[in-house]
This record gives sequence, C-alpha cells and structure tokens, in this order.
Amino acid sequence: MTPDLYDIAIVGAGPAGLAAATLAAAQRARVVLLDEQPGPGGQIYRAITEGGASRVDVLGPDYAAGADIVRAFVASGARYEPNASVWQVSTEQAPHHTVRYTREGRSLALHAKRLILATGAMERPFPVPGWTLPGVLTAGAAQILLKSAGTTPAVPVVLAGCGPLLYLLGWQYLRAGVPIAAIVDTTSAEDYRRAFAHLGGALGSLPALAKGLRYLRALKRAGMPFHRGARALAVEGDTAARALTFELDGRRQRIDASLVLLHQGVVPHSHFAWSLRAPHRWDDAQLCWRPVTDAWGELDVRGVFVAGDAAGIGGAQAAAEQGRLAALGALASVGAIDAARRDALAGPPRAALAKRLRVRPFLDALYRPNDEHRVPADDTVTVCRCEEVSAGELREVVRLGAPGPNQAKAFTRCGMGPCQGRLCGLTVTELIARERGLEPSRIGHYRIRPPLKPLTIGELAGTQGDAADAAAAQART
Amino acid sequence: MESLFRTDAAAAAPRVTIHFDGAPLSVPAGLTVAAALLASGARATRTTPVGAAPRAPYCMMGVCFECLVEIDGVASQQGCLTRVRDGMQVCSQHGVRTLDAAAQGLAR
Repeated sequence: MTPDLYDIAIVGAGPAGLAAATLAAAQRARVVLLDEQPGPGGQIYRAITEGGASRVDVLGPDYAAGADIVRAFVASGARYEPNASVWQVSTEQAPHHTVRYTREGRSLALHAKRLILATGAMERPFPVPGWTLPGVLTAGAAQILLKSAGTTPAVPVVLAGCGPLLYLLGWQYLRAGVPIAAIVDTTSAEDYRRAFAHLGGALGSLPALAKGLRYLRALKRAGMPFHRGARALAVEGDTAARALTFELDGRRQRIDASLVLLHQGVVPHSHFAWSLRAPHRWDDAQLCWRPVTDAWGELDVRGVFVAGDAAGIGGAQAAAEQGRLAALGALASVGAIDAARRDALAGPPRAALAKRLRVRPFLDALYRPNDEHRVPADDTVTVCRCEEVSAGELREVVRLGAPGPNQAKAFTRCGMGPCQGRLCGLTVTELIARERGLEPSRIGHYRIRPPLKPLTIGELAGTQGDAADAAAAQART
Repeated sequence: MESLFRTDAAAAAPRVTIHFDGAPLSVPAGLTVAAALLASGARATRTTPVGAAPRAPYCMMGVCFECLVEIDGVASQQGCLTRVRDGMQVCSQHGVRTLDAAAQGLAR
C-alpha cells in the first residue's frame, strides 16, 4: 500500500485551517485537513454545525459567522480527518513531510509536499494559589462547555482575570440566565493609560472596540458585581474551590465560590513548530513566543507554514486571512500556481489582515496580564501542574545554576508530564528570566520532542503507512 | 455534592447511560466524557501521581491533561476529547499507576 501523498496537509480545523483548505482545494490541490475534534470549527466555532438556533443566539453573531466558513470548507472537496490526534510532523523523508496521527486507537501516517500548521491558541497559564483545585477552569473551557449541549454553571460563578473572552463569556451567561456571583477584573487604571497610546491605530477597528464596550455595558447594566483593578488573585479550598480572594485598593476581598473561571488572554499553541526546531522570537507586547515566518507564514523549515493564532494572537478573522495567505504560499511553492497569480490572489486577504490586526496593539496593552499573575511571587504556587513543581523549587534550581528551562526540567521534572510543558512553558521561561535578570529571549523554551500527544506502544507498533514504508525499504535492500 | 454545571434541559437531545466508578449517569449524547462528568456532579475526577492532589477537567480542549480517566479499561484517556457512548465504563484514576492495574486493564 502506497502511503497517501498530498500537495498540502493542514493541522487544525479552526478558521485558519478551514480557510486554507478551502482556498487550496479551489485551486485543485490535493488537500487533507486533520483535526483533533469530532467536528470542524476549532474552539472558536466549536459545534457550529450541531447547535440549535437558540444556542447560536446565546453565543452571539461572531460565533454564528463560523457557519459560513465551515460550509465553504465542507463544499470544497478537501479530505477531512476528524478525531485525528497528530503526534508528529517531520521532515525526515524530505522533500515530503510526514504527518503521524492516531485515530480511534489506530496510528496512521500520511505524506504531503507542504504542511500548514493551524493549531490555534490555548489559554495563557494563570499560576495563582489554588489554580489546580477542582472547581477552577479556564473561561475558554466554560465557553467550550456552553457550545456542548448548552452546558452552563449550575452554581453562582466568579469570572476572574482580563481580556475580551472573559467579558464575552459574561455576556453569554447573562443571555443564558446563568447566576454570576462577580466579575473580578484585573485590568487597572494603569492598563488603560498604557492602552490609550495605541488608541489611534485601534480606531481603524471601531466595530471590534464597540463590541467589547457593548459586552461590558450590558454586564454593568445587569447589576453584575464588577471589581476593577483586582490584584493578587488566589483560590481558597482544600479538595475543591471554596472562594476567590483578591486585593482591591490594598484591602483583601473574599467571594464565596465553588466555581471560578480564570482567563488572562490566549497564547499561540506552537508545539509543532517547536518540535521542528523552528526559530521563535519573544513578543514583548503579547508576552509569548511567536514562530519566525516570512510574509506567507513559512517557517525557517522549508515547506512548513504556520497560520492563525499559532503564529501570534490575531483573533479568528485575522486567522482566516492568514490561512488564505499560507495556502497561496504553499500552492506557489509546489508549483500549483505561479508567483504572479499568488500575488494577485493575495491582495484582498493581505489588506483584510492588516485591517484586522490594527486593533491588536491596543488590546495587547489594555489586557496585558499582571506580572504577579504570570510569575507567582508566592513560592508555594504550583507552576508545572503535571509534575507538581512549585515556583519555589524552580527558583531554587536557578540559584543552583540551572540556566534555562531544559536544565530546570532535568532537575525538577517540570514540563515532563503528559501536557509536555504546554501549561508551564511560558511561566518557566519568564520565571527564570526574572531570577537571572535577563530577557526571556535569552532564556529560551523547552526543547519539544515527539510524540506531541501520548500514545500507547500498541498504537505506535501498528502505525499504518509507516509499515508500508518499512516493507518497501526492506524490499529495496 | 451539588453539580457545578448542568446541561440545557430544554434541548431534547437523545441521552445515553455511562458509568462513572460504577454509578450510572444519564447524559446527553454528543457530550464529551469530561463535560458529562462535570454536568453530573463529579468534582475531582482523578488524583495526581506525585502528590495525590485532587484534580478535575481544566481546559476542555485537549491541552492540559487534567481530565485523564480510565475509559473501558484503557487508562489515561483524555476525557475532554472522547465522546460518551452508551454503556461506557469510566473510572477515576488515583495516584501512581501500577503494573497490576495496567495488567488488569489489558486483561479486560
């Protein structure tokens, strides 16, 4: 059996991946789109094809917009592999790329001339006391639940942190009639002052700004207890969350809550790019790593492109434009279109992308998470949730001479659990940077190796496609 | 313990029965295991291998691995990426996995 060879393989069925697949298929390329979820849409448009009209109404017009992009993809003729957990992308069989994934307990492999990584964003870690307790989830998790059979809090809920998603969730809960005990906002007057410097650029994106204000106004009009400028968040509880405490104007406040939803923005999920040893740079405005790419999203790894939030946070609409640009770049580099056609087709998405990104400097400045909520001052706070490594233990190994994340990992096992450093990577980089008085860019990130998702020995042994390769290789010798 | 989440009662979705640590739970079809447990009153769904600390689903998108459970005899499955099926046996995991437990899983 010859393993499948595609022109373009895309990982991730959010707006970037869907738009890339749709455009590439329209240019008659052989395209496959792999995604971990059972339905298309990514997290932002999750279950868009399943929810009834009432749920779409609660979630709002931005969510409803996902239906069009999913519909265009379904009609595109691109092959779609849902429930596909990709655990390795590799360039070992150059010039072709190999994608290995498990699906329903079987491991499979396919080959492609070009790869587009559209793996999206994940919640920024929120390492505060008690963030590991049952009853503490991310706001993104709560929104995913809302998109799954309309699952909503059954007890009064506290929303804490900052960023558009937090207010959007509050607004959605308001519409769904969910009891909100309080919104604890970490945005301070200082943040507003800092953001004001970027207001000029943001005015080009008035609808985006107006939308955020509308959510906030609706929440305040509903009489929601709203605490602005909260600091030093902590969740109280022994075996489950009992209360959220925080500092307001120098005084400690406490709100009883068995359900606390945390959010302080999202960050690129770029484990795949890291695993290919692609160069990244530290973005001091977004406080995260971004893979270094050219104007088409191509990494410094030939034939591999990154699109959407995985390349830096720009939001769903920007992601779709980046997906189109990456598809054009990939099509031209396999010779499916020439450079002139690529450039002509790139005009509209490039203009739309520039427009969508104009609001980012303002949002990044306004919702810049507090230092104390990124690098815990309290030594007892868990940084690596999997291996239960505390901020104090990490500081200790830095004092003992560990210069970076990989040495800290060898000393403490931080980043060695099943999440493979996804939930602690940024914190560990920033913590070491602060301890050593260096910029995060000098500290670096964990070395990421496949498998990027855990798989069983049985799954590994039974990899189809690879088995065919091995047999073919043996026949040649 | 009172449930932290509830599913939309108005939605007339078909339901399936899963078992969590032996107890039957009637949940809407189409939910993930993690969502079904959160909406059925479960609080801690595992304890950690290192400190036996109680944990529950956190990110719901396959990133954090807090929702690991044993499903139909296979340990350490991501509950947030697995949809419920009628008759599914879900068990919480406690502390360090042992070879005995793994062998029992294989024997099933």
